[in-house]
Amino acid sequence: MFWQKLIARIGTTAVTLIGVAVIVFVVIRVVPGNPVAMMLPPGATEADVARLTALYGLDKSIPAQFLIWVQGVLHGDFGTSITTRQPVLDLVLGRLPATLELSIMALVMAVAIGGTAALTGTRLRGTKAEGAIDVANGMALSVPDFLWGLALILLFGVLMPVFHISGRVTPSLELPFTTGFYLFESLFRLRFDLWADIVSHMLMPALALAIPLAAIIGQLLKQSLKETMHLDYVTLSRTKGYGENHVITREALPNAILPTLTLVGVQFTFLIGGTVIVERLFSYEGLGNMAIDAVINRDLPLIQGIVILFAVIFTAVNLVVDLLYTVLNPRLRHG
Amino acid sequence: MSFLSVKNLTLRLRDNRAPLLRDVSLEVSAGEVHGLVGESGAGKSMIGKAVLGILPRAVEIAGGEIWLDGVDLLALPPAARRKRVGGLAALIPQDPLTALNPSRRIGPQITDRLVDILGWKRAEAEARALDLLGEVQINDPARVMRQYPHELSGGMRQRILIASAFAAEPKLIVADEPTTALDVTVQKQILRLIAGMQARHGTALLFVTHDLGVVSKVCQSLSVLYAGRILEQSTVRDFFAAPSHPYSAALLGATPKYTDPEGSLTPVPEAIIARLRAEIAAYDEAHHG
Amino acid sequence: MADLTDGRGAVKRRIGTRLWLAGGWLTLLLLAAVFAPLVAPQDPLAQDLFLTRLPPFWEKGAEAGYWLGTDSLGRDVLSRVIYGARLALVVALVAGSITCIIGSALGLMAGFLRGWVDLVISRLIDIWMAFPPVLFSILLIAVIGPGLHSIILAIVIIDWTRFARVVRAEAMAQGAMDYVASAQVAGRGRIGTMLREILPNVLPTIVVLLTLEMGIAVIVEAILSFVNLSISTDDPTWGGMIAEGRASVYQAWWVLVFPLITLFLTVLAFSQLGEGLKDRFDPVLR
Repeated sequence: MFWQKLIARIGTTAVTLIGVAVIVFVVIRVVPGNPVAMMLPPGATEADVARLTALYGLDKSIPAQFLIWVQGVLHGDFGTSITTRQPVLDLVLGRLPATLELSIMALVMAVAIGGTAALTGTRLRGTKAEGAIDVANGMALSVPDFLWGLALILLFGVLMPVFHISGRVTPSLELPFTTGFYLFESLFRLRFDLWADIVSHMLMPALALAIPLAAIIGQLLKQSLKETMHLDYVTLSRTKGYGENHVITREALPNAILPTLTLVGVQFTFLIGGTVIVERLFSYEGLGNMAIDAVINRDLPLIQGIVILFAVIFTAVNLVVDLLYTVLNPRLRHG
Repeated sequence: MSFLSVKNLTLRLRDNRAPLLRDVSLEVSAGEVHGLVGESGAGKSMIGKAVLGILPRAVEIAGGEIWLDGVDLLALPPAARRKRVGGLAALIPQDPLTALNPSRRIGPQITDRLVDILGWKRAEAEARALDLLGEVQINDPARVMRQYPHELSGGMRQRILIASAFAAEPKLIVADEPTTALDVTVQKQILRLIAGMQARHGTALLFVTHDLGVVSKVCQSLSVLYAGRILEQSTVRDFFAAPSHPYSAALLGATPKYTDPEGSLTPVPEAIIARLRAEIAAYDEAHHG
Repeated sequence: MADLTDGRGAVKRRIGTRLWLAGGWLTLLLLAAVFAPLVAPQDPLAQDLFLTRLPPFWEKGAEAGYWLGTDSLGRDVLSRVIYGARLALVVALVAGSITCIIGSALGLMAGFLRGWVDLVISRLIDIWMAFPPVLFSILLIAVIGPGLHSIILAIVIIDWTRFARVVRAEAMAQGAMDYVASAQVAGRGRIGTMLREILPNVLPTIVVLLTLEMGIAVIVEAILSFVNLSISTDDPTWGGMIAEGRASVYQAWWVLVFPLITLFLTVLAFSQLGEGLKDRFDPVLR
């Protein structure tokens, strides 16, 4: 039963990924003008252009190009970047850790902020403070990450310059890292000086990404808690002598989390999608920033690789959330 | 002195101050089973909720005292009150399907009060839970302790809730219509189980029900409520021999006899209801609504 | 039952103020956009290299007539914000409406007709949901070239799923109800039932989504201008001003602050309008 469901899910996921690949492939090949011509120095001959075009396989028909590309992908070859002439896979995987760290940090912040808001709001229900939390939630929900990022740049970059608002790490620092996961590796190597610098760079972009998701978590979880708090087992727990804090966190929360979790999965993919513009805003050297450069430079193979990678991440997140839901819900686990 | 003594308890809705209980007093001695009878909305389960401190947020206590084992609960600060109630009293809820937490295993839901509130050792609490599950006639209690509520039937869950209520050996149990949500066939078994457990443990029981037939089987004394007023209080023997209030008499007439379940069901006469309404209105007038 | 106590009157009143504030701001913006040539104190395109980076009026060194200061080319910030409202509102109204019509139509068909139509549309929605939307829009603009039409087209292509997803679910729920069956028994065709019975019931949801979509469209336009892909760089756009303001945030913060505040209020107004309408349409306050 469980395995059947899993296999069916993987099937639809594969269809989705192929769909994404086809659409990007077609869309970027409608680009007017030959991208190859732009990378040659002025004065290059027609023959030079033709040779380079053939080198990148751009002289063939679109279906033929797609087949070649798919064959490559199956062998782990995502093509070669036109601007940097490095393998797309290397470039993309080089930037992936930066974006993953940013997204995960944002997710953790969103869960912390949103969870606190929901729990505090539930604890203080019926008071003015609950109303204030609701209003703040509503505001945070309506304004997207792009604007929060700009507001944070002004507040904590200019007005009170306490955090870095540009880059991933101070450029003058010597980095001993062997992986791209600076945040984790600095901690692992006990280089707390570097860790502090990296966090100081990540905090603002991560917060910009986290605010809208925090608001969604806050709202959904609070609604869900509110419904749960009326149920008999919560009342029964009160008669046992437990205080309100215990009742909320131990009895209500575990059951209120499940309905929130399903929606947070989709919302987390929106957050990852938001890294594209937020990384640009904070000049953070991640996938998104590279993607925008690739679009501006018409680096077709690179764009293709990045979009596919995003699609893989999105579908993977949804898959993980579904599995998590099954594991966390005792009724599904045994039923 | 009675174990539970409710004195002049008045409850009302917070927003429009509509009264829910009007000047209600009752006494329950240690080991006594007291029935609270009335139609739905009469306020009978509000009394139990007030005693246990689980009134809905919309309801406030406008006056009165609730003495439990010699202490006025309403004079205690909330945390102390919860602790005291948690140690002395317990609830058998109405709907077993919603009264167990779906994401927690059965075992901890029985033992949590013993360990967290009363400071028992976990192993002792678990042994106690196993004993009680056996006492409520559950097969393979060790397995049931590891199961989740959705794996068990409604009757099983009500047995577990009964075991859980008796776990801390409380002096008072509030049973809030404990059989209403169950199948008719299961109802009798559960009723017999509660009566048996009560007798063995010597626990005082506040039995909330709309069914006089149940009262006649389980209770020693009873209060009849209408619109938040107590109309009559007496022993079960006296009541069934000769109810003193006309409403009680009418209610008794409206209850099917076990000997003759299809017998004449006479509804409460309009005249009695009208008189009661007038009495309530006069009371509210005298107490400024 | 516990929560019925919070006075319903108070909730209604709050919704009222919210709707009024949101509507008021959007009306102000609309008037500013329509009468921009009359309202704007300066020519939004006029550069004056002697008046670059003037601060707003309350700061030292401000110049009369340039209330909110000037940018690095000496262009008046207030006038550019006012003219920028034109593009923002055109994009909001046009892109929002077209997206709404196409997305709702597809969602309605998928949700009510079901079968292979639903299969195809649902699969498309799945695929669309796997794209990072911002990157997708930037890519589309790069492909079809900058300009107003491209922005609108990009928004429609990316955001139709927002309508399709919700409307599909609603249409499915409505289609399962009794009144639909009785309408069909009464002899109405499938398409007739869809348009006459289902659509009116889904319409409130669509209107709410449309208001929200207008706010989103304004943001997408700003993002595209920010990445410098919207329309020509000289034309006043909020996103373009923000891009310039971001670059010179340490020298002239006001170039970033004023378009940002305007954008904030506009997005907030659209979403509050949507929320307010939702509460109005919902007979039982959620």
